[in-house]
Amino acid sequence: MRALRRYPVLAALIVAAVLMVLPFLVVAVNAVKSPAEYSSNGPLSLPEGLYLDGIKDFWERVDFGQKLINSVLISSSVAVGAAVLSVLNAYAIGIGRVKGRPWVLAFFVLANMLPQEALVYPVYYLSKQVGLYDTRLSVIIVFTVIQAAFGTYLLSSVLGAFPREIIEAARIDGANKWQVLWRVVVPVSRPTIGVLLVFFFIWTWNEFLLPLVMLISNDNQTVSVALGVLQGQRLMDATMTNAAALLGVLPAVVFFLIFQRTLTRGIAAGAVK
Amino acid sequence: MNRPREYPYTLFLVPGALAFFAVIVVPFLMNTGISLTHWQGVGTPEWAGLDNYRTLLDDDAFWESFRHSLAMVVAMAAIPTALGLVLAASLFDFVGKHFGSRTASVLRACFYLPQVLPIAVAGIVWSWILAPDDGALNDVLKAVGLGSLRHDWLGDPDFALYSVMGVMVWVQLGFPLVVFMAGLQRVDPSLYEAAELDGASWWRRFWHVTLPQIRPEISVVLLWCTIAALKVFGAVYVLTKGGPGGATNVPSYFSFQSFFEKTQVGYGSAVSTVLTVIILALALVALRLQTRAEDRER
Repeated sequence: MRALRRYPVLAALIVAAVLMVLPFLVVAVNAVKSPAEYSSNGPLSLPEGLYLDGIKDFWERVDFGQKLINSVLISSSVAVGAAVLSVLNAYAIGIGRVKGRPWVLAFFVLANMLPQEALVYPVYYLSKQVGLYDTRLSVIIVFTVIQAAFGTYLLSSVLGAFPREIIEAARIDGANKWQVLWRVVVPVSRPTIGVLLVFFFIWTWNEFLLPLVMLISNDNQTVSVALGVLQGQRLMDATMTNAAALLGVLPAVVFFLIFQRTLTRGIAAGAVK
Repeated sequence: MNRPREYPYTLFLVPGALAFFAVIVVPFLMNTGISLTHWQGVGTPEWAGLDNYRTLLDDDAFWESFRHSLAMVVAMAAIPTALGLVLAASLFDFVGKHFGSRTASVLRACFYLPQVLPIAVAGIVWSWILAPDDGALNDVLKAVGLGSLRHDWLGDPDFALYSVMGVMVWVQLGFPLVVFMAGLQRVDPSLYEAAELDGASWWRRFWHVTLPQIRPEISVVLLWCTIAALKVFGAVYVLTKGGPGGATNVPSYFSFQSFFEKTQVGYGSAVSTVLTVIILALALVALRLQTRAEDRER
């Protein structure tokens, strides 16, 4: 009798899961339809053939390649910069156990939770003053610091549990603090740093408000900003909207497939650490 | 032993401290300062004391935006946490046990996928699905004979907020699910076996074993999601721009409008300062809960 009850539950869960991914499927289907086909058959029919001109047109119109380059450049610079900054901070807090440790840690957590709305106008104003407005560098600097706040918090608790004997042994061998950090602590903590790199990359890729305010010229915009602004102008027809959505979805799905394990594990670690 | 060139650990905090000072502390203090002035963004700010805050108290649009924030808390914290609990428990100890953990993790991946999507892209996808004339949802309704239910989902002031809430549930659901599934892994299996031997039904086990065991995860997720809900900006920008007629405006979008559309910089700063105070208060509660949970573990 139990076996009979299993399948309805599984079926319900599968239906729910399909509903979750359905929007992605509908977008993929409609992105490869021609405008004529869309207007005559509507959004629900299967495509009659593979019409890729919509995607190609959109790609050229918004210079999507450049947007991808910008997003990759910004996100990877932030990931590396924020990881380095987090490691330095966490080394002092977790292993060095500097004075006032709980306060320093609380400061980083609060900095991470601060709404960006409370920073955006001064950042916008100050970057204009120093000539960094509308540069990718400005966004890289700001997000390196914001992401490092989270990284410091997570890494500090990981390094707090770092085996003391290993550090002592290296010290007795004559290594100074700088050498211990790069030759002992960083190699041993590689898995955690890897999780942070993935997180920083994806979070920065998905950021919207600050890049929207800071990057106004077409050549500097990220994928998120370019798509969001276009959507806001309401100039796209249905097929072009779908082409845009598909191009926005694809990188996310690629990251997801590559990093799935790291992502789901890392979140669990970050939330309850 | 003699160690040349020994510097204190504090030195490693210097780059971080300088960067945080320049990028977070200074702008934040400036923002708070600006909130005490009348300023258009050009020229000299004019001291106004608490004027902006007094105006806020009487501003219906401001209060409305905070009411919509509560709706976002329901859509991004309450509903996803409740749904996530049931889904995580059934994926973990039902699907995982009877159909293998591979099936469970494939299903989990489906629920988690929207979480990695940039919110701007999620907005594009949904604003097309919910579009009045050529949107997919209205077409589905027509196809199954419910044409009378067709709506301008994002353009009708009576429906827009609910539509945005629905989209946010879809976006957010994966986060609690993944955290809860990870939490369930550390629950002692013998507790379930004991409950099963006592003849407890699935629901009773869920209520009396699962829920109490992952309480730390539940409180952390609720607080994190509540904070995320208070910060919502991208979704509102892309889906509705706070409209129609302010029906979906939220504090973060409200302050963005004051900054860059109405150039009432002082007023926008006041709005964002209020938002910050609320979020930091919640964050402190979250920190408290977390350290207490950690102490109990030790």
